[in-house]
Amino acid sequence: MPSLFAALILLLPFLFSNYYVGLVIQIFIMAIFAMSLDILVGHTGLPSMGHAAYYGVAAYATGFLCLAGVKNFWFVIVFGMGLGGLTAAFFGLLAIRARGPYFMLITLALSQVLWGIAFKWRSITRGDDGIPGIGRPEIGMGIDLKPDFYFYYFTFAIFLIVLVVLFILLNSPFGHTLRGIRESESRMKALGYNVWLYKYLGFIFAGVFAGISGVLWVYYSGFVNPSYFGVDLSVKALLMLILGGSGSLFGPSIGAGIIVLLENLVSGFTERWSLVLGIVYVTVIMLFSEGISSIIKRGRN
Amino acid sequence: MKALDVQALSKNFGGLWAIRDISLEIEEGERRAIIGPNGAGKTTLFHLISGFLFPSSGHLSLFGREVTNLQAYQRAALGMARTFQVTNLFQKLTLFENILLGVQAIKRARFCFYRRVISFREIIYETERLLKEWNLWEKKDLLLKNLSYGEQRQIEVIMALATKPRLLLLDEPTAGLSPAETALVTSIIKGLPREITTILIEHDMDVAFEIAEKITVLHFGSILAEGSLEQIKGNPKVTEIYLG
Amino acid sequence: MAFWIIQTLNGLSFSMMLFLVAAGFTLIFGLMKIINIAHGSFYLLSAYIGLTVLRTTGSFLLATITSSIAAAVVGIAMQSLFLRRFYMKELQQVLLTFGFVLIIADICLWIWGGNPQALPKPSLFKGSIWIGNVVFPSYRLLVILVGVIIALGLWIFQEKTKFGAIVRAGVDDEEMLRGSGINIQMVFAGVFGLGALLAGIGGMMGGPFVGVFPGVDMSMLLLALVVVIIGGVGSLKGAFVGSLFVGLIDNFGKALFPELSLFTLFAPMAIILAIRPTGIFGKIEE
Repeated sequence: MPSLFAALILLLPFLFSNYYVGLVIQIFIMAIFAMSLDILVGHTGLPSMGHAAYYGVAAYATGFLCLAGVKNFWFVIVFGMGLGGLTAAFFGLLAIRARGPYFMLITLALSQVLWGIAFKWRSITRGDDGIPGIGRPEIGMGIDLKPDFYFYYFTFAIFLIVLVVLFILLNSPFGHTLRGIRESESRMKALGYNVWLYKYLGFIFAGVFAGISGVLWVYYSGFVNPSYFGVDLSVKALLMLILGGSGSLFGPSIGAGIIVLLENLVSGFTERWSLVLGIVYVTVIMLFSEGISSIIKRGRN
Repeated sequence: MKALDVQALSKNFGGLWAIRDISLEIEEGERRAIIGPNGAGKTTLFHLISGFLFPSSGHLSLFGREVTNLQAYQRAALGMARTFQVTNLFQKLTLFENILLGVQAIKRARFCFYRRVISFREIIYETERLLKEWNLWEKKDLLLKNLSYGEQRQIEVIMALATKPRLLLLDEPTAGLSPAETALVTSIIKGLPREITTILIEHDMDVAFEIAEKITVLHFGSILAEGSLEQIKGNPKVTEIYLG
Repeated sequence: MAFWIIQTLNGLSFSMMLFLVAAGFTLIFGLMKIINIAHGSFYLLSAYIGLTVLRTTGSFLLATITSSIAAAVVGIAMQSLFLRRFYMKELQQVLLTFGFVLIIADICLWIWGGNPQALPKPSLFKGSIWIGNVVFPSYRLLVILVGVIIALGLWIFQEKTKFGAIVRAGVDDEEMLRGSGINIQMVFAGVFGLGALLAGIGGMMGGPFVGVFPGVDMSMLLLALVVVIIGGVGSLKGAFVGSLFVGLIDNFGKALFPELSLFTLFAPMAIILAIRPTGIFGKIEE
């Protein structure tokens, strides 16, 4: 069964139309975003509410670099990752001292301020209009990413790389420490771990990986605007974790798949897709707040 | 050298003195029990020593080093380990992962993020060794919350030992255990190497008297009496606070 | 000189409207630890409903009463039917409130359309009055007056009534409240409803000069967040002082450096977070 699924993913652009190819590209990118958030939510126990901040910062950087004529993907991605990490380093200093709901409040506020800045600072960010017309990047090797067909495999490759890197990170001593912190901070302190430092480093890692997804989405969609900093994006990522199962390797990706497909399905059906989605979200949380992964796990036992 | 030197320690909670002017010296290698009725301040004292609370006044030294202003994790890094009165382990992690975190705590590798932990042979072998030594190897893949209360109390102690401490603080290690389990834990503690200075909070006087060489009796946040087993057993003030 | 008087009065009226929104938000968070992302939605819904009532009846007062009660009803329903199931699970509660943001925003878009609208001012306050040698819209003075009166009312409620004492105690120490035998869910529903009511009044008060349009819910939320972080969570005094601060700075910022007005808010917020994370009047956590 899994090999069938893998074959499907590998051959998708040959079998399906551009619409579906685009959908799966979206899923890959959102999966990276969700996985980056899960470092904090699922593994460290930090309910970060403003994760779009790091995504948006990297996205705008991509836009500005494009305007400046920089098309080299490798340069932009490193820049985006760095900026995402730096923003997280700054916000982390302000937020990590707080616990639980206060932490959520502060992270939300910080990301919302970035949203407001992107909205108002028209002379630089072009405000609500955003920066359009961002073409696909150049990756050298004679590969043209303009057709979605090639961009699909490119995004898939990046997704796989991120998956492997996160697998190693989350199973490293550092990763185990994060989960220890999630389970009992006091126990970790008593063992001699500098809990604040680990949370802070985890926060920065999460920002770096979120930056990757921000850069990718700009290249996919061709524009950047304040919605990249939106609350709905930050909250959607949390929903992905709740639906797909947080704290697991594939859970965030599954959740990303569900949300992206759901949104596209619903918006194809009705003009009132926002209303329908809101109802769906409320219903899902009321019924399934533990995530599908854990439901499946319980089913097996 | 004194393992622990407490000088004039006091702790005030909004007008209430939980700990009042306590001074205490514990020699290296000593076995000390701290006893006293409920509310005497025993656990508060442990929190002050281990850094989970900061004193209102007074000083603390660990193996000659002033630690009064150090955070809990910094004191732990100096060789202090503790257990908690209410079992404080990683419930949703496996037994193996629990002990691993203990073993890893004193290794520089704990910051490594680019290699999986199973590639660190030393850490894995040490975790395996500890689990086998305490006859828990078969249960290594069980989630901690699925282990019995008695086993978890045992693991509290093992976890503290995993960091190879020089000073061990045990907060009511036999709380809630059956007589057989109590005997087991008592013998574990008695069997610890003499290099580990051990301070024990106990409610069970038999356990305290069996393990300790010297007893400190706490009452209403102050030291009521301190001395050898015979001195304490024969002290009328001590019997009074327990029976009166 | 006239510029400063006008801007100050503008800022004060904006502050008072903001206080109405932030006060409810801070109480809801302080007591229940819920980040009500839908708090701006109460503003939105109330302003739209008020607009319709105002158009049909011509009475600003009636519109305000109707719309804010409507907001309160929605708020109480949100809390007692949905949020209460996730008592102590803050993450799920926040996600639920977000679902309601989408629902309320889209219903409003459906019924009232996407064009920005401004509420007409109440007939008594359509004009301007002279203050010294400055002409100032009397409506804005009304907003300041209403804000101050409600602030006083809330202060009396918090300090002098039994319900207020319960809320204060709950903000300070929730465990104590749980153990006291008082029906905690009724208190929660009441406070949520009160918060929504206030935000609804804020929506009506702001309607004539801020207007109502898709997206104002998020703008109000952002400002409320900044107010609460600066002023301190769970504190009405903090919400008042925070609103004054944010309202005046935002207004002067918009007048002097329109593009960078958010930076002028961001900087104080970051400074407060750095040196006193619980806000000016928030309680200190040990």
